[in-house]
Amino acid sequence: MGKHVLLVEDEPNIIEAVSFLLSRDGWRVDTHVDGATAVARVHELSPDLVVLDHMLPGKSGMDILTELRSDDAFRDLPILMLTARGQMRDRALAEEAGVSRFMTKPFSNTEVLNAVRDLMRVHSADG
Amino acid sequence: MAREGLTGSRIRERRTMSGMRQADLAREIGISASYLNLIEHNRRRIGGKLLVNIASALGVEPAALSEGAEAALIATLREAAVGNAISEAELDRADEFAGRFPGWAEILAGAHRRVNALERTIETLTDRLAHDPQLAASLHEVLSTAAAIRSTASILAESKDISDEWRDRFHNNIDQDSRRLSDSSKALVGYLDATDGQDGSDLASSPQEEVDAFLIEHGYHFASLESGAQTPEALIEDAIQLTSMAGRHIALGILKQMQRDARLVDLGALQQACADVGPDPLQLAHHFNAPASVILRRLATLPDLVSGFVACDRAGSLLVRKPIDHFALPRFGAACPLWPMFQAIATPGVFVSHAVQQVGRNNAEFSCYAVAEQTQPAGYNTPPLVQGMMLILPATLNREDRLKHGNGSHQGKGGHQNGTQTPLHVGSTCRVCARSACPGRREPSILSEGF
Repeated sequence: MGKHVLLVEDEPNIIEAVSFLLSRDGWRVDTHVDGATAVARVHELSPDLVVLDHMLPGKSGMDILTELRSDDAFRDLPILMLTARGQMRDRALAEEAGVSRFMTKPFSNTEVLNAVRDLMRVHSADG
Repeated sequence: MAREGLTGSRIRERRTMSGMRQADLAREIGISASYLNLIEHNRRRIGGKLLVNIASALGVEPAALSEGAEAALIATLREAAVGNAISEAELDRADEFAGRFPGWAEILAGAHRRVNALERTIETLTDRLAHDPQLAASLHEVLSTAAAIRSTASILAESKDISDEWRDRFHNNIDQDSRRLSDSSKALVGYLDATDGQDGSDLASSPQEEVDAFLIEHGYHFASLESGAQTPEALIEDAIQLTSMAGRHIALGILKQMQRDARLVDLGALQQACADVGPDPLQLAHHFNAPASVILRRLATLPDLVSGFVACDRAGSLLVRKPIDHFALPRFGAACPLWPMFQAIATPGVFVSHAVQQVGRNNAEFSCYAVAEQTQPAGYNTPPLVQGMMLILPATLNREDRLKHGNGSHQGKGGHQNGTQTPLHVGSTCRVCARSACPGRREPSILSEGF
Protein backbone atom coordinates (compact mmCIF):
# COMPACT_ATOMS: atom_id res chain seq x y z
CA MET A 1 0.00 0.00 0.00
CA GLY A 2 1.43 3.39 -1.03
CA LYS A 3 1.44 6.64 0.88
CA HIS A 4 -1.88 8.12 1.79
CA VAL A 5 -3.24 11.40 0.32
CA LEU A 6 -6.41 13.23 1.29
CA LEU A 7 -7.76 15.36 -1.55
CA VAL A 8 -10.08 18.11 -0.26
CA GLU A 9 -11.77 19.51 -3.35
CA ASP A 10 -15.35 20.22 -4.38
CA GLU A 11 -15.06 20.08 -8.17
CA PRO A 12 -16.12 16.52 -9.07
CA ASN A 13 -14.13 16.31 -12.29
CA ILE A 14 -10.97 17.65 -10.69
CA ILE A 15 -11.44 15.08 -7.93
CA GLU A 16 -11.74 12.34 -10.51
CA ALA A 17 -8.74 13.44 -12.58
CA VAL A 18 -6.38 14.08 -9.64
CA SER A 19 -7.47 10.91 -7.86
CA PHE A 20 -6.78 8.88 -11.00
CA LEU A 21 -3.43 10.55 -11.43
CA LEU A 22 -2.25 9.97 -7.87
CA SER A 23 -3.65 6.45 -7.64
CA ARG A 24 -1.79 5.50 -10.80
CA ASP A 25 1.34 6.92 -9.22
CA GLY A 26 0.94 4.55 -6.31
CA TRP A 27 -0.85 6.74 -3.80
CA ARG A 28 -3.82 5.72 -1.75
CA VAL A 29 -6.31 8.53 -2.27
CA ASP A 30 -9.24 9.59 -0.11
CA THR A 31 -11.41 12.50 -1.10
CA HIS A 32 -13.50 15.01 0.79
CA VAL A 33 -15.70 17.77 -0.63
CA ASP A 34 -16.88 19.73 2.41
CA GLY A 35 -14.77 22.50 3.89
CA ALA A 36 -16.67 22.60 7.18
CA THR A 37 -15.76 19.01 8.10
CA ALA A 38 -12.38 18.80 6.40
CA VAL A 39 -10.32 19.21 9.59
CA ALA A 40 -12.26 16.44 11.29
CA ARG A 41 -11.61 14.26 8.26
CA VAL A 42 -7.88 14.90 8.52
CA HIS A 43 -8.01 13.90 12.19
CA GLU A 44 -9.90 10.77 11.28
CA LEU A 45 -7.66 9.63 8.43
CA SER A 46 -4.24 11.05 9.45
CA PRO A 47 -3.06 11.18 5.83
CA ASP A 48 0.59 11.53 4.84
CA LEU A 49 -0.25 14.54 2.67
CA VAL A 50 -3.23 16.82 2.02
CA VAL A 51 -4.12 18.38 -1.33
CA LEU A 52 -6.36 21.27 -0.39
CA ASP A 53 -8.55 23.49 -2.57
CA HIS A 54 -8.75 27.16 -1.59
CA MET A 55 -12.43 27.83 -2.18
CA LEU A 56 -14.58 25.19 -0.54
CA PRO A 57 -18.15 25.15 0.69
CA GLY A 58 -18.50 25.59 4.43
CA LYS A 59 -14.95 26.72 5.22
CA SER A 60 -12.16 28.13 3.10
CA GLY A 61 -8.97 26.25 2.41
CA MET A 62 -7.09 29.03 4.16
CA ASP A 63 -9.08 28.57 7.37
CA ILE A 64 -8.59 24.81 7.20
CA LEU A 65 -4.85 25.33 6.72
CA THR A 66 -4.66 27.71 9.69
CA GLU A 67 -6.61 25.32 11.89
CA LEU A 68 -4.43 22.37 10.96
CA ARG A 69 -1.22 24.29 11.58
CA SER A 70 -2.41 25.32 15.03
CA ASP A 71 -2.54 21.65 15.96
CA ASP A 72 0.82 20.15 16.91
CA ALA A 73 -0.13 16.87 15.31
CA PHE A 74 -0.36 18.52 11.88
CA ARG A 75 2.26 21.23 12.16
CA ASP A 76 4.54 19.39 9.71
CA LEU A 77 1.89 17.68 7.60
CA PRO A 78 2.68 18.38 3.90
CA ILE A 79 -0.16 20.47 2.47
CA LEU A 80 -0.40 21.34 -1.21
CA MET A 81 -2.89 24.11 -1.84
CA LEU A 82 -4.61 24.31 -5.23
CA THR A 83 -6.30 27.59 -5.95
CA ALA A 84 -7.87 29.69 -8.66
CA ARG A 85 -6.77 32.70 -6.62
CA GLY A 86 -3.23 33.21 -7.83
CA GLN A 87 -2.60 36.70 -6.58
CA MET A 88 0.61 37.50 -4.77
CA ARG A 89 -1.38 38.44 -1.70
CA ASP A 90 -3.16 35.08 -1.57
CA ARG A 91 0.12 33.26 -2.00
CA ALA A 92 1.74 35.35 0.73
CA LEU A 93 -1.17 34.70 3.08
CA ALA A 94 -1.03 30.97 2.42
CA GLU A 95 2.72 30.90 3.01
CA GLU A 96 2.28 32.87 6.19
CA ALA A 97 -0.31 30.35 7.33
CA GLY A 98 2.17 27.55 6.72
CA VAL A 99 1.29 26.02 3.36
CA SER A 100 3.93 23.61 2.07
CA ARG A 101 3.31 24.34 -1.62
CA PHE A 102 0.96 26.71 -3.43
CA MET A 103 -0.24 25.92 -6.96
CA THR A 104 -2.62 27.91 -9.14
CA LYS A 105 -5.35 26.49 -11.36
CA PRO A 106 -5.26 25.46 -14.11
CA PHE A 107 -2.28 23.25 -13.23
CA SER A 108 -0.55 20.54 -15.24
CA ASN A 109 -0.63 16.94 -14.08
CA THR A 110 3.15 16.84 -14.08
CA GLU A 111 3.28 19.85 -11.76
CA VAL A 112 0.89 18.21 -9.32
CA LEU A 113 2.69 14.89 -9.37
CA ASN A 114 6.10 16.50 -8.96
CA ALA A 115 4.86 18.69 -6.12
CA VAL A 116 3.35 15.75 -4.27
CA ARG A 117 6.44 13.60 -4.75
CA ASP A 118 8.75 16.45 -3.67
CA LEU A 119 6.73 17.22 -0.57
CA MET A 120 6.67 13.60 0.45
CA ARG A 121 10.40 13.18 -0.17
CA VAL A 122 11.27 16.25 1.87
CA HIS A 123 8.88 15.24 4.64
CA SER A 124 10.32 11.71 4.77
CA ALA A 125 13.87 13.04 4.85
CA ASP A 126 13.00 15.46 7.67
CA GLY A 127 11.07 12.82 9.58
CA MET B 1 22.25 69.42 2.82
CA ALA B 2 19.66 71.56 4.54
CA ARG B 3 16.81 72.89 2.44
CA GLU B 4 17.85 76.50 3.08
CA GLY B 5 20.86 75.74 0.89
CA LEU B 6 18.58 76.33 -2.04
CA THR B 7 18.62 80.03 -1.29
CA GLY B 8 22.31 80.29 -2.10
CA SER B 9 21.90 78.45 -5.38
CA ARG B 10 19.03 80.72 -6.28
CA ILE B 11 21.02 83.86 -5.50
CA ARG B 12 23.79 82.60 -7.73
CA GLU B 13 21.32 81.78 -10.49
CA ARG B 14 19.67 85.20 -10.32
CA ARG B 15 22.96 87.03 -10.21
CA THR B 16 24.26 85.13 -13.23
CA MET B 17 21.06 85.80 -15.13
CA SER B 18 21.35 89.52 -14.43
CA GLY B 19 24.96 89.54 -15.64
CA MET B 20 26.29 90.89 -12.34
CA ARG B 21 29.72 89.81 -11.11
CA GLN B 22 29.98 88.21 -7.69
CA ALA B 23 32.38 90.92 -6.50
CA ASP B 24 30.01 93.70 -7.63
CA LEU B 25 27.06 92.22 -5.79
CA ALA B 26 29.18 91.66 -2.66
CA ARG B 27 30.33 95.27 -2.74
CA GLU B 28 26.80 96.57 -3.20
CA ILE B 29 25.46 94.76 -0.18
CA GLY B 30 28.50 95.37 1.94
CA ILE B 31 29.98 91.91 2.40
CA SER B 32 33.17 90.30 1.14
CA ALA B 33 33.18 88.45 -2.15
CA SER B 34 34.45 85.33 -0.42
CA TYR B 35 31.55 85.38 2.02
CA LEU B 36 29.08 85.80 -0.84
CA ASN B 37 30.80 82.89 -2.55
CA LEU B 38 30.18 80.73 0.50
CA ILE B 39 26.54 81.80 0.54
CA GLU B 40 26.07 81.08 -3.14
CA HIS B 41 27.53 77.61 -2.68
CA ASN B 42 25.11 76.99 0.14
CA ARG B 43 27.84 76.83 2.76
CA ARG B 44 26.42 79.63 4.86
CA ARG B 45 22.88 80.09 6.01
CA ILE B 46 21.26 83.33 5.00
CA GLY B 47 18.19 85.24 6.08
CA GLY B 48 16.95 88.48 7.58
CA LYS B 49 18.35 91.82 6.49
CA LEU B 50 21.14 90.34 4.35
CA LEU B 51 18.63 88.38 2.29
CA VAL B 52 16.49 91.51 1.88
CA ASN B 53 19.54 93.48 0.73
CA ILE B 54 20.61 90.84 -1.79
CA ALA B 55 17.05 90.60 -3.13
CA SER B 56 16.94 94.37 -3.46
CA ALA B 57 20.26 94.42 -5.29
CA LEU B 58 19.08 91.70 -7.68
CA GLY B 59 15.71 93.40 -8.18
CA VAL B 60 13.58 90.48 -6.90
CA GLU B 61 11.33 89.83 -3.95
CA PRO B 62 13.11 88.19 -1.00
CA ALA B 63 10.55 85.38 -1.17
CA ALA B 64 11.80 84.55 -4.66
CA LEU B 65 15.14 83.69 -3.11
CA SER B 66 13.92 81.92 0.00
CA GLU B 67 12.20 78.55 0.16
CA GLY B 68 8.58 79.67 -0.28
CA ALA B 69 6.33 77.44 -2.35
CA GLU B 70 9.28 75.52 -3.70
CA ALA B 71 9.64 73.54 -0.51
CA ALA B 72 6.91 71.24 -1.80
CA LEU B 73 8.76 70.90 -5.10
CA ILE B 74 11.93 69.85 -3.34
CA ALA B 75 10.05 67.42 -1.16
CA THR B 76 8.58 65.82 -4.29
CA LEU B 77 12.00 65.64 -5.92
CA ARG B 78 13.43 63.97 -2.86
CA GLU B 79 10.53 61.53 -2.84
CA ALA B 80 11.18 60.71 -6.50
CA ALA B 81 14.89 60.28 -5.82
CA VAL B 82 14.35 57.95 -2.88
CA GLY B 83 11.92 55.87 -4.95
CA ASN B 84 14.62 55.46 -7.60
CA ALA B 85 17.39 54.51 -5.21
CA ILE B 86 19.56 57.49 -6.03
CA SER B 87 22.85 57.97 -4.15
CA GLU B 88 22.92 60.01 -0.96
CA ALA B 89 25.25 62.54 -2.58
CA GLU B 90 22.84 63.09 -5.47
CA LEU B 91 19.91 63.28 -3.07
CA ASP B 92 21.61 66.12 -1.23
CA ARG B 93 21.70 68.14 -4.43
CA ALA B 94 17.91 68.21 -4.90
CA ASP B 95 17.81 71.76 -3.53
CA GLU B 96 20.50 72.89 -5.90
CA PHE B 97 18.81 71.18 -8.85
CA ALA B 98 15.46 72.85 -8.09
CA GLY B 99 17.18 76.18 -7.65
CA ARG B 100 19.19 76.09 -10.84
CA PHE B 101 16.72 74.33 -13.11
CA PRO B 102 13.24 75.12 -11.78
CA GLY B 103 11.51 74.22 -15.06
CA TRP B 104 13.12 70.82 -15.34
CA ALA B 105 12.53 70.24 -11.65
CA GLU B 106 8.80 70.93 -12.13
CA ILE B 107 8.67 68.47 -15.02
CA LEU B 108 10.40 65.78 -12.98
CA ALA B 109 8.19 66.40 -9.96
CA GLY B 110 5.08 66.40 -12.18
CA ALA B 111 6.13 63.09 -13.75
CA HIS B 112 6.66 61.65 -10.29
CA ARG B 113 3.22 62.79 -9.16
CA ARG B 114 1.70 61.30 -12.30
CA VAL B 115 3.40 57.96 -11.69
CA ASN B 116 2.04 57.98 -8.15
CA ALA B 117 -1.45 58.76 -9.40
CA LEU B 118 -1.31 55.95 -11.96
CA GLU B 119 -0.05 53.53 -9.34
CA ARG B 120 -2.99 54.46 -7.13
CA THR B 121 -5.32 53.84 -10.06
CA ILE B 122 -3.82 50.42 -10.66
CA GLU B 123 -4.15 49.61 -6.99
CA THR B 124 -7.79 50.66 -7.05
CA LEU B 125 -8.58 48.60 -10.12
CA THR B 126 -6.69 45.62 -8.72
CA ASP B 127 -8.60 46.02 -5.50
CA ARG B 128 -11.84 46.04 -7.43
CA LEU B 129 -10.90 42.89 -9.31
CA ALA B 130 -9.92 41.22 -6.07
CA HIS B 131 -13.01 42.17 -4.12
CA ASP B 132 -15.80 42.16 -6.64
CA PRO B 133 -17.65 39.03 -5.50
CA GLN B 134 -19.38 38.37 -8.82
CA LEU B 135 -16.19 38.74 -10.78
CA ALA B 136 -14.26 36.57 -8.32
CA ALA B 137 -16.91 33.84 -8.50
CA SER B 138 -16.97 33.94 -12.30
CA LEU B 139 -13.20 33.75 -12.58
CA HIS B 140 -13.07 30.93 -10.06
CA GLU B 141 -15.61 28.99 -12.08
CA VAL B 142 -13.68 29.50 -15.32
CA LEU B 143 -10.32 28.55 -13.82
CA SER B 144 -11.63 25.53 -11.95
CA THR B 145 -13.32 24.19 -15.05
CA ALA B 146 -10.20 24.85 -17.12
CA ALA B 147 -8.16 22.96 -14.50
CA ALA B 148 -10.48 19.97 -14.71
CA ILE B 149 -10.36 19.93 -18.52
CA ARG B 150 -6.59 20.33 -18.64
CA SER B 151 -5.94 17.59 -16.15
CA THR B 152 -8.41 15.16 -17.72
CA ALA B 153 -7.27 15.86 -21.27
CA SER B 154 -3.65 15.28 -20.25
CA ILE B 155 -4.52 11.93 -18.74
CA LEU B 156 -6.24 10.90 -21.97
CA ALA B 157 -3.43 12.16 -24.17
CA GLU B 158 -0.59 10.69 -22.14
CA SER B 159 -2.07 7.38 -20.98
CA LYS B 160 -1.73 4.56 -23.46
CA ASP B 161 -2.97 1.87 -21.11
CA ILE B 162 -6.12 3.46 -19.79
CA SER B 163 -9.17 1.19 -19.56
CA ASP B 164 -12.20 1.75 -21.77
CA GLU B 165 -14.31 2.49 -18.71
CA TRP B 166 -12.01 5.26 -17.51
CA ARG B 167 -11.57 6.60 -21.05
CA ASP B 168 -15.34 6.90 -21.47
CA ARG B 169 -15.70 8.50 -18.10
CA PHE B 170 -13.02 11.10 -18.83
CA HIS B 171 -14.45 11.84 -22.26
CA ASN B 172 -17.77 12.43 -20.63
CA ASN B 173 -16.17 14.70 -18.00
CA ILE B 174 -14.44 16.76 -20.68
CA ASP B 175 -17.71 17.11 -22.56
CA GLN B 176 -19.47 18.33 -19.39
CA ASP B 177 -16.66 20.68 -18.43
CA SER B 178 -16.28 22.17 -21.90
CA ARG B 179 -19.96 23.09 -21.86
CA ARG B 180 -19.55 24.54 -18.40
CA LEU B 181 -16.51 26.49 -19.50
CA SER B 182 -18.40 27.81 -22.49
CA ASP B 183 -21.27 29.00 -20.29
CA SER B 184 -19.08 30.50 -17.59
CA SER B 185 -16.88 32.28 -20.16
CA LYS B 186 -19.94 33.78 -21.78
CA ALA B 187 -21.23 34.85 -18.38
CA LEU B 188 -17.90 36.49 -17.61
CA VAL B 189 -17.79 38.35 -20.92
CA GLY B 190 -21.42 39.39 -20.44
CA TYR B 191 -20.62 40.66 -16.99
CA LEU B 192 -17.66 42.73 -18.18
CA ASP B 193 -19.51 44.03 -21.23
CA ALA B 194 -22.57 45.08 -19.30
CA THR B 195 -20.40 47.17 -16.99
CA ASP B 196 -19.85 49.55 -19.84
CA GLY B 197 -23.30 49.57 -21.31
CA GLN B 198 -26.81 50.23 -20.26
CA ASP B 199 -28.88 47.44 -21.62
CA GLY B 200 -27.96 44.88 -18.97
CA SER B 201 -29.49 42.19 -21.11
CA ASP B 202 -28.05 38.79 -21.92
CA LEU B 203 -26.46 37.24 -18.85
CA ALA B 204 -27.29 38.82 -15.53
CA SER B 205 -25.00 38.20 -12.60
CA SER B 206 -27.28 39.30 -9.76
CA PRO B 207 -31.02 39.18 -9.04
CA GLN B 208 -31.28 42.92 -9.62
CA GLU B 209 -29.66 42.51 -13.02
CA GLU B 210 -32.07 39.73 -13.90
CA VAL B 211 -34.89 42.14 -13.15
CA ASP B 212 -33.22 44.88 -15.21
CA ALA B 213 -32.88 42.49 -18.16
CA PHE B 214 -36.51 41.41 -17.79
CA LEU B 215 -37.83 44.98 -17.71
CA ILE B 216 -35.60 46.07 -20.59
CA GLU B 217 -36.77 43.12 -22.67
CA HIS B 218 -40.33 44.42 -22.25
CA GLY B 219 -39.40 48.07 -22.68
CA TYR B 220 -40.83 48.70 -19.18
CA HIS B 221 -44.25 48.28 -20.71
CA PHE B 222 -46.54 45.29 -20.17
CA ALA B 223 -49.58 45.61 -22.42
CA SER B 224 -51.12 42.41 -21.09
CA LEU B 225 -50.82 43.72 -17.54
CA GLU B 226 -52.40 47.04 -18.56
CA SER B 227 -55.32 45.27 -20.17
CA GLY B 228 -55.73 42.78 -17.34
CA ALA B 229 -55.10 39.89 -19.71
CA GLN B 230 -52.20 38.65 -17.57
CA THR B 231 -51.42 38.78 -13.88
CA PRO B 232 -48.00 39.73 -12.50
CA GLU B 233 -47.56 36.12 -11.39
CA ALA B 234 -48.21 34.84 -14.92
CA LEU B 235 -45.75 37.30 -16.40
CA ILE B 236 -43.10 36.23 -13.91
CA GLU B 237 -43.78 32.59 -14.72
CA ASP B 238 -43.03 33.23 -18.40
CA ALA B 239 -39.91 35.36 -17.84
CA ILE B 240 -36.80 33.53 -19.00
CA GLN B 241 -34.55 36.29 -17.64
CA LEU B 242 -35.68 35.69 -14.06
CA THR B 243 -33.65 32.65 -13.10
CA SER B 244 -33.30 33.20 -9.36
CA MET B 245 -35.96 33.22 -6.69
CA ALA B 246 -34.72 36.62 -5.53
CA GLY B 247 -35.02 38.02 -9.06
CA ARG B 248 -38.60 36.75 -9.38
CA HIS B 249 -39.46 38.22 -5.99
CA ILE B 250 -38.16 41.66 -6.92
CA ALA B 251 -39.84 41.60 -10.34
CA LEU B 252 -43.15 40.53 -8.85
CA GLY B 253 -43.11 43.52 -6.51
CA ILE B 254 -42.48 45.88 -9.43
CA LEU B 255 -45.22 44.35 -11.58
CA LYS B 256 -47.73 44.50 -8.73
CA GLN B 257 -46.92 48.16 -8.29
CA MET B 258 -47.45 48.69 -12.04
CA GLN B 259 -50.78 46.93 -11.76
CA ARG B 260 -51.91 49.18 -8.90
CA ASP B 261 -50.76 52.28 -10.78
CA ALA B 262 -52.63 51.16 -13.93
CA ARG B 263 -55.86 51.07 -11.96
CA LEU B 264 -55.32 54.68 -10.89
CA VAL B 265 -54.17 56.19 -14.19
CA ASP B 266 -55.17 54.63 -17.49
CA LEU B 267 -52.27 54.53 -19.92
CA GLY B 268 -54.36 55.58 -22.93
CA ALA B 269 -55.66 58.60 -21.04
CA LEU B 270 -52.12 59.45 -19.96
CA GLN B 271 -50.91 59.26 -23.55
CA GLN B 272 -53.68 61.61 -24.59
CA ALA B 273 -52.94 64.03 -21.75
CA CYS B 274 -49.26 64.04 -22.69
CA ALA B 275 -50.20 64.87 -26.27
CA ASP B 276 -52.40 67.70 -25.01
CA VAL B 277 -50.25 69.31 -22.32
CA GLY B 278 -46.85 67.63 -22.61
CA PRO B 279 -45.09 65.27 -20.20
CA ASP B 280 -45.05 67.69 -17.29
CA PRO B 281 -45.53 65.42 -14.24
CA LEU B 282 -46.93 68.11 -11.95
CA GLN B 283 -49.53 69.21 -14.48
CA LEU B 284 -50.45 65.59 -15.14
CA ALA B 285 -50.78 64.90 -11.41
CA HIS B 286 -53.29 67.75 -11.20
CA HIS B 287 -55.03 66.56 -14.31
CA PHE B 288 -55.54 63.01 -12.99
CA ASN B 289 -55.77 64.01 -9.36
CA ALA B 290 -53.21 61.31 -8.71
CA PRO B 291 -50.13 61.19 -6.49
CA ALA B 292 -46.96 62.47 -8.12
CA SER B 293 -45.28 59.11 -7.50
CA VAL B 294 -47.92 57.33 -9.57
CA ILE B 295 -47.54 59.82 -12.41
CA LEU B 296 -43.76 59.41 -12.46
CA ARG B 297 -44.02 55.63 -12.58
CA ARG B 298 -46.75 55.74 -15.23
CA LEU B 299 -44.76 58.11 -17.43
CA ALA B 300 -41.83 55.69 -17.17
CA THR B 301 -44.00 52.95 -18.69
CA LEU B 302 -45.26 55.03 -21.63
CA PRO B 303 -43.96 53.21 -24.72
CA ASP B 304 -43.55 56.34 -26.85
CA LEU B 305 -41.89 58.57 -24.26
CA VAL B 306 -38.09 58.45 -24.09
CA SER B 307 -37.44 58.32 -20.38
CA GLY B 308 -35.25 56.88 -17.69
CA PHE B 309 -36.45 56.01 -14.23
CA VAL B 310 -34.82 55.09 -10.94
CA ALA B 311 -36.24 54.26 -7.55
CA CYS B 312 -34.44 53.77 -4.27
CA ASP B 313 -35.12 53.06 -0.65
CA ARG B 314 -34.03 55.34 2.18
CA ALA B 315 -30.74 53.46 2.45
CA GLY B 316 -29.98 54.55 -1.10
CA SER B 317 -30.20 51.10 -2.69
CA LEU B 318 -31.40 51.37 -6.27
CA LEU B 319 -34.54 49.29 -6.61
CA VAL B 320 -35.49 50.07 -10.21
CA ARG B 321 -33.15 51.20 -12.95
CA LYS B 322 -34.67 52.09 -16.30
CA PRO B 323 -31.74 53.32 -18.38
CA ILE B 324 -31.77 56.28 -20.71
CA ASP B 325 -28.97 57.09 -23.14
CA HIS B 326 -26.11 59.19 -21.74
CA PHE B 327 -27.34 59.11 -18.13
CA ALA B 328 -25.11 56.47 -16.53
CA LEU B 329 -26.66 54.42 -13.75
CA PRO B 330 -24.25 52.66 -11.39
CA ARG B 331 -24.09 48.91 -11.72
CA PHE B 332 -23.01 48.39 -8.14
CA GLY B 333 -22.99 50.49 -5.03
CA ALA B 334 -24.57 53.79 -4.30
CA ALA B 335 -25.44 56.43 -6.87
CA CYS B 336 -24.39 60.09 -6.95
CA PRO B 337 -25.76 61.75 -3.79
CA LEU B 338 -26.53 64.89 -5.78
CA TRP B 339 -29.29 63.26 -7.80
CA PRO B 340 -32.59 65.08 -7.18
CA MET B 341 -34.08 61.77 -6.04
CA PHE B 342 -32.06 61.96 -2.84
CA GLN B 343 -33.22 65.53 -2.29
CA ALA B 344 -36.77 64.20 -2.57
CA ILE B 345 -36.03 61.47 -0.01
CA ALA B 346 -34.76 64.14 2.38
CA THR B 347 -37.88 66.25 1.91
CA PRO B 348 -40.84 63.88 1.67
CA GLY B 349 -43.88 65.48 0.11
CA VAL B 350 -41.90 67.97 -1.94
CA PHE B 351 -42.07 67.47 -5.68
CA VAL B 352 -38.49 68.10 -6.80
CA SER B 353 -37.74 69.18 -10.33
CA HIS B 354 -34.33 70.03 -11.65
CA ALA B 355 -32.40 70.48 -14.85
CA VAL B 356 -29.47 68.11 -14.56
CA GLN B 357 -26.25 67.64 -16.45
CA GLN B 358 -24.44 64.40 -15.89
CA VAL B 359 -20.70 64.93 -16.05
CA GLY B 360 -19.12 62.45 -18.41
CA ARG B 361 -18.30 61.73 -21.99
CA ASN B 362 -21.44 63.38 -23.35
CA ASN B 363 -22.27 65.91 -20.63
CA ALA B 364 -25.87 65.38 -21.61
CA GLU B 365 -28.65 67.45 -20.04
CA PHE B 366 -31.86 66.10 -18.61
CA SER B 367 -34.98 67.23 -16.81
CA CYS B 368 -35.36 65.23 -13.63
CA TYR B 369 -38.54 64.98 -11.56
CA ALA B 370 -38.33 63.32 -8.18
CA VAL B 371 -40.58 62.60 -5.26
CA ALA B 372 -40.61 60.36 -2.21
CA GLU B 373 -43.56 58.34 -1.00
CA GLN B 374 -44.24 56.37 2.13
CA THR B 375 -44.54 52.69 1.31
CA GLN B 376 -46.43 51.48 4.36
CA PRO B 377 -49.11 52.92 6.65
CA ALA B 378 -47.87 54.92 9.63
CA GLY B 379 -47.57 53.12 12.97
CA TYR B 380 -46.79 54.20 16.52
CA ASN B 381 -43.06 54.79 16.98
CA THR B 382 -42.37 53.20 13.64
CA PRO B 383 -40.01 55.01 11.33
CA PRO B 384 -41.74 55.38 7.99
CA LEU B 385 -40.47 53.32 5.10
CA VAL B 386 -39.92 55.71 2.25
CA GLN B 387 -39.16 55.13 -1.39
CA GLY B 388 -37.71 57.81 -3.62
CA MET B 389 -38.07 57.87 -7.37
CA MET B 390 -36.90 60.00 -10.24
CA LEU B 391 -38.10 60.33 -13.81
CA ILE B 392 -35.35 61.35 -16.22
CA LEU B 393 -36.39 63.05 -19.45
CA PRO B 394 -34.08 64.40 -22.15
CA ALA B 395 -33.76 68.16 -21.71
CA THR B 396 -34.47 68.69 -25.41
CA LEU B 397 -37.82 66.96 -25.02
CA ASN B 398 -38.73 69.31 -22.24
CA ARG B 399 -37.77 72.40 -24.24
CA GLU B 400 -39.51 71.29 -27.43
CA ASP B 401 -42.56 70.41 -25.48
CA ARG B 402 -42.72 73.74 -23.73
CA LEU B 403 -42.42 75.52 -27.03
CA LYS B 404 -45.26 73.40 -28.35
CA HIS B 405 -47.51 73.85 -25.36
CA GLY B 406 -46.60 77.35 -24.28
CA ASN B 407 -43.91 78.42 -21.82
CA GLY B 408 -44.47 78.28 -18.10
CA SER B 409 -47.67 76.52 -17.10
CA HIS B 410 -47.20 74.54 -13.88
CA GLN B 411 -43.45 74.51 -14.07
CA GLY B 412 -43.36 78.19 -13.43
CA LYS B 413 -45.55 77.81 -10.35
CA GLY B 414 -43.43 74.98 -9.05
CA GLY B 415 -40.39 77.20 -8.90
CA HIS B 416 -38.26 75.84 -11.68
CA GLN B 417 -38.22 75.92 -15.42
CA ASN B 418 -35.89 73.31 -16.72
CA GLY B 419 -35.21 75.08 -19.97
CA THR B 420 -33.74 78.16 -18.30
CA GLN B 421 -32.44 76.81 -15.02
CA THR B 422 -28.71 76.34 -14.54
CA PRO B 423 -28.26 72.60 -14.68
CA LEU B 424 -27.29 70.76 -11.55
CA HIS B 425 -24.05 68.89 -12.21
CA VAL B 426 -24.25 65.31 -11.06
CA GLY B 427 -22.37 62.08 -11.66
CA SER B 428 -23.16 58.40 -11.80
CA THR B 429 -21.26 57.16 -8.78
CA CYS B 430 -18.16 58.59 -7.11
CA ARG B 431 -15.84 55.83 -8.23
CA VAL B 432 -16.24 56.62 -11.92
CA CYS B 433 -17.02 60.32 -11.68
CA ALA B 434 -14.33 62.70 -12.88
CA ARG B 435 -15.71 65.74 -11.07
CA SER B 436 -12.90 66.38 -8.61
CA ALA B 437 -14.24 69.30 -6.56
CA CYS B 438 -17.55 67.77 -5.59
CA PRO B 439 -19.10 68.38 -2.19
CA GLY B 440 -20.80 64.99 -2.30
CA ARG B 441 -17.71 62.90 -2.99
CA ARG B 442 -17.52 59.79 -0.82
CA GLU B 443 -14.37 58.27 -2.24
CA PRO B 444 -11.69 59.19 -4.75
CA SER B 445 -12.48 58.55 -8.38
CA ILE B 446 -10.46 56.05 -10.33
CA LEU B 447 -10.85 58.33 -13.35
CA SER B 448 -9.95 61.80 -12.21
CA GLU B 449 -6.28 61.23 -11.65
CA GLY B 450 -5.53 58.04 -13.50
CA PHE B 451 -7.23 58.50 -16.84
